[in-house]
Amino acid sequence: MVIIGGGGHGLAAAYYLAARHGIYNVAVIERACIGSGNVGRNTTLVRSNYQLDGNTQFFEHSLRLWEGLSHELNFNVMLSQRGQVVLAHGPSQLDVLARKGNIMRLNGIDAELLDRDGVIRLLPYLDYSDASRFPIHGGLLQRRAGTVRHDAVAWGYARAASRLGVDIVENCTVTGFVRDGDRITGVETSRGRINAGRTAISVAGHSSQVAAMAGLRLPVESHLLQAFVTEPIKPFVDHVISFGAELFYISQSDKGGLVFGGHIDGFNSYTQRGQFPKVQDVAECAVALIPAISRLRLLRHWAGIQDMTPDGSPFIGRTPLRNLFLNGGWCYQGFKATPAAGVCLAHTIAHDEEHPLARHFSLDRFERGNGYDEYGLGNRTYRQ
Amino acid sequence: MLRIPCPHCGERDYTEFRYGGDASKVRPRHGSTDQRAWREYVFLFDNPKGWHREYWQHVQGCRQWLVLTRDTATNAVGEARLARDRDAP
Repeated sequence: MVIIGGGGHGLAAAYYLAARHGIYNVAVIERACIGSGNVGRNTTLVRSNYQLDGNTQFFEHSLRLWEGLSHELNFNVMLSQRGQVVLAHGPSQLDVLARKGNIMRLNGIDAELLDRDGVIRLLPYLDYSDASRFPIHGGLLQRRAGTVRHDAVAWGYARAASRLGVDIVENCTVTGFVRDGDRITGVETSRGRINAGRTAISVAGHSSQVAAMAGLRLPVESHLLQAFVTEPIKPFVDHVISFGAELFYISQSDKGGLVFGGHIDGFNSYTQRGQFPKVQDVAECAVALIPAISRLRLLRHWAGIQDMTPDGSPFIGRTPLRNLFLNGGWCYQGFKATPAAGVCLAHTIAHDEEHPLARHFSLDRFERGNGYDEYGLGNRTYRQ
Repeated sequence: MLRIPCPHCGERDYTEFRYGGDASKVRPRHGSTDQRAWREYVFLFDNPKGWHREYWQHVQGCRQWLVLTRDTATNAVGEARLARDRDAP
């Protein structure tokens, strides 16, 4: 078995192939070094507050795996279940959150609806003044949501997979596929050919490039998503907060920096360099939500290449070519999905069929008219 | 800052424009019932790492739709033409 891509998802899939399916003859091929892509470029949030049937169960499965991951890998991934609050800025938005909370609770997931006073008690430092641009009406709290130390995820999965016999090959670029009719029988790399019974693509922002080597055209566009860290301050933001008036989310790292992000830049790009106007957009959200941080300085900001799909949902499953599998199109939600995506991709590779949890994430859903749209967060910002 | 050379207004910040996506796609004929052609037009992307022809509308300027050539690996900008002229010789 060959897995192309030594990011969080690829390493997780390799680990679960070995640990759960007894398949140890696995090579993970990574162009640079493991963990140098999006697994180290995200805002480290994990949660399972979804509402579409399928997404709800998939992301809850992922969160349950996160809860046991340090123990399973014997590597501290520093899961911090500090709770996440999604804010509502009006009665109708709170109704939508109530519906989402009900769906979560019907699926056995924790969710608490907060009124304005409840939000004030939990997050007293937000802007509740008469001058606030988007008055806070209430929120939805998931206490089990939180953050994970993202680099530890890559290293933890890599070490655990390596100990089970998985080969992790760094600084090795896949340059093509070996085909026998409509069957993929291996990969060509910068360090030679590897014959493989089954091959999986798990390369996030470069999904289109790797798939094109096999002659496939994907429903994916690569966009930039920026993230930001401020200078460190004393413990202040002790939850994860999602703004309800714009796509904006903020938390505080263990080192003290405020970590936050917003929308994609809006046009497809592979530069890993964000545009400055987006810095202003995101900073405006931060100050609208928490005026007290207006004088903090940004320490760093960076961009990751996100594989955006037309309906905002991913792919885990088979492709039109036999023995070639795809995990990609993760849009904004790749990091929190890491354990469940690894489980589902490993299942797909081992059994040549989709995992039941990933039944909505098939590559051919658009031609069947089954787009799977949780938020309207696709590759076009006008839909968001 | 990405700067776009508008044929009417000169070089402007990209924030004056609305992005319209891949301009190399050909829309199926109106009334076409070829599902495969519509699927490819609506959902599939070449998503190249390199030169890309794409629509931008100068909403805060002349409001014209342009076809810009841009390198997605570097954001280097090539020429911009009016979309209505794009097939002109």
